[in-house]
Amino acid sequence: MANEPAPAPPDEHDEDDDPGLPAWSLPADAAGRIAIGVEWPERVTRDWAFGGSTGKGVRVCILDSGVEAHHPAVGGLEGAIAVVKDEEGELEFVEDTEGDLCGHGTACAGIVHSLAPEASLFSVRVLGAGFKGSGSVLLGGLRWAVDQGFDVINMSLSTTKRHFADLLHELADSAYFQRTVLVASAHNMPVESYPWRFSSVISVGSHEETDPLTFFYNPNPPVEFFARGMSVEVAWLGGSTIRSSGNSFATPHVAGICALVMAKHPELTPFQLKSVLYLTANNVGGGGA
Amino acid sequence: MTDLRAAVAAGALGSEESYRALLQSIVEVARAIFGARASSVFLHDEAADELVFEAVAGEGAEELIGRRFPSSTGVAGWVLVTRQPLVIEELQEDPRFAREAAESTGFVPKGLMAVPLLHDERALGVLEVLDRPQQAAFSLQEMELLGLFANEAAIALDLLQRAREARAVLEDEGGEGAALARLAAKLAELEPERREAVDRLLEAVETLLEPPALDDSL
Repeated sequence: MANEPAPAPPDEHDEDDDPGLPAWSLPADAAGRIAIGVEWPERVTRDWAFGGSTGKGVRVCILDSGVEAHHPAVGGLEGAIAVVKDEEGELEFVEDTEGDLCGHGTACAGIVHSLAPEASLFSVRVLGAGFKGSGSVLLGGLRWAVDQGFDVINMSLSTTKRHFADLLHELADSAYFQRTVLVASAHNMPVESYPWRFSSVISVGSHEETDPLTFFYNPNPPVEFFARGMSVEVAWLGGSTIRSSGNSFATPHVAGICALVMAKHPELTPFQLKSVLYLTANNVGGGGA
Repeated sequence: MTDLRAAVAAGALGSEESYRALLQSIVEVARAIFGARASSVFLHDEAADELVFEAVAGEGAEELIGRRFPSSTGVAGWVLVTRQPLVIEELQEDPRFAREAAESTGFVPKGLMAVPLLHDERALGVLEVLDRPQQAAFSLQEMELLGLFANEAAIALDLLQRAREARAVLEDEGGEGAALARLAAKLAELEPERREAVDRLLEAVETLLEPPALDDSL
């Protein structure tokens, strides 16, 4: 496991790397080159969107308290790192051998695994180094995860500090443009917090239904989707399970559904993926098939 | 100067005790409304970077005040750092949780609700309600109620912290704010005419201390 963050993926706007796709403008003769790869059916159904999908090939990052890799509900991890501060206060990215310091990361991993059993899970632990400095640890962890190019990053974390908001916003946009979907828990209290409020992320609140695949589009943002978050049986420490509630459990439900869709339609951009979620939401017409 | 006069007044009026009583009342009402076994407020001690029991209602009330634990592990630590509420309804066998819970609450709860205490941009601490009766699944309505208590507790905790800071300034005779605090106390005792003159002088000093306006152009 490398201690340093891996270099960022190549810039997809670089003409040398990608001569086929005009990125910044569309010359008259280039329209044919931006034909959309996905053939969208007349009506987007759940069957088209993720029917038969297991999430295979999709990499999901759990940015949280760590994950118990050997918990039966998790089914193993691709890898686990912890973001820690060294003596000079510099961030280090080290292999995580602690597991989970709370239980919450394991719960999220278990929910994603239950929906997308063949998706690959990676844990980035951003908790445990104290509350002080947790902002830079969180930002560092998110930046590391975005640089790795995960397909989905599940984040049940938020900050209320405005001076972190700009940096988080930049990171959320970078993720969006490089096809990394950031799924973040909304606040259910009247406070300004980030990054869930940014439109480049998928923000999730809770409904009270019990079906894990039931989700709703919210026509009154900033919270964009509601998923199962109340009285959910989740994996917890020491191989146990508990019954638990909170938006932070609704979030991995949407992350899992995203993994299912992306496994079946890997060419989707985050914008297209969000559109698929919209079209397949229970209150839009996706509840049935 | 207004803040320092308020600081002097706050110290004189013993507001710290009043805010402690307010916080205690909040945990007692929270416990009663949810019919829970216990309820507590943890303050984040910034200097030590630890969570401290500040108010407790119900089981363990006496011996827990002042007890400390790490600020970013366990359920309360997770809630403080992530600023997300977390409700655990049915804990099954989990020795690690049981040990941590016993250390931090005095007993092993079957369930707990934990919510961050947010004031402006800051996370001041955590409110916990332990062992609400298991009559029905936890509802969004209860989550909202918990949030309302958290708002109230956050305001009380903020006031308590301010009162403590004010007292610290007044008590610390050699400290940075001590000279200002002494000035404020003397100012409050002056007869009106002289006080007005000193006020004018202080206003002039304040103008001198104003930072230059920021360039607001694009």
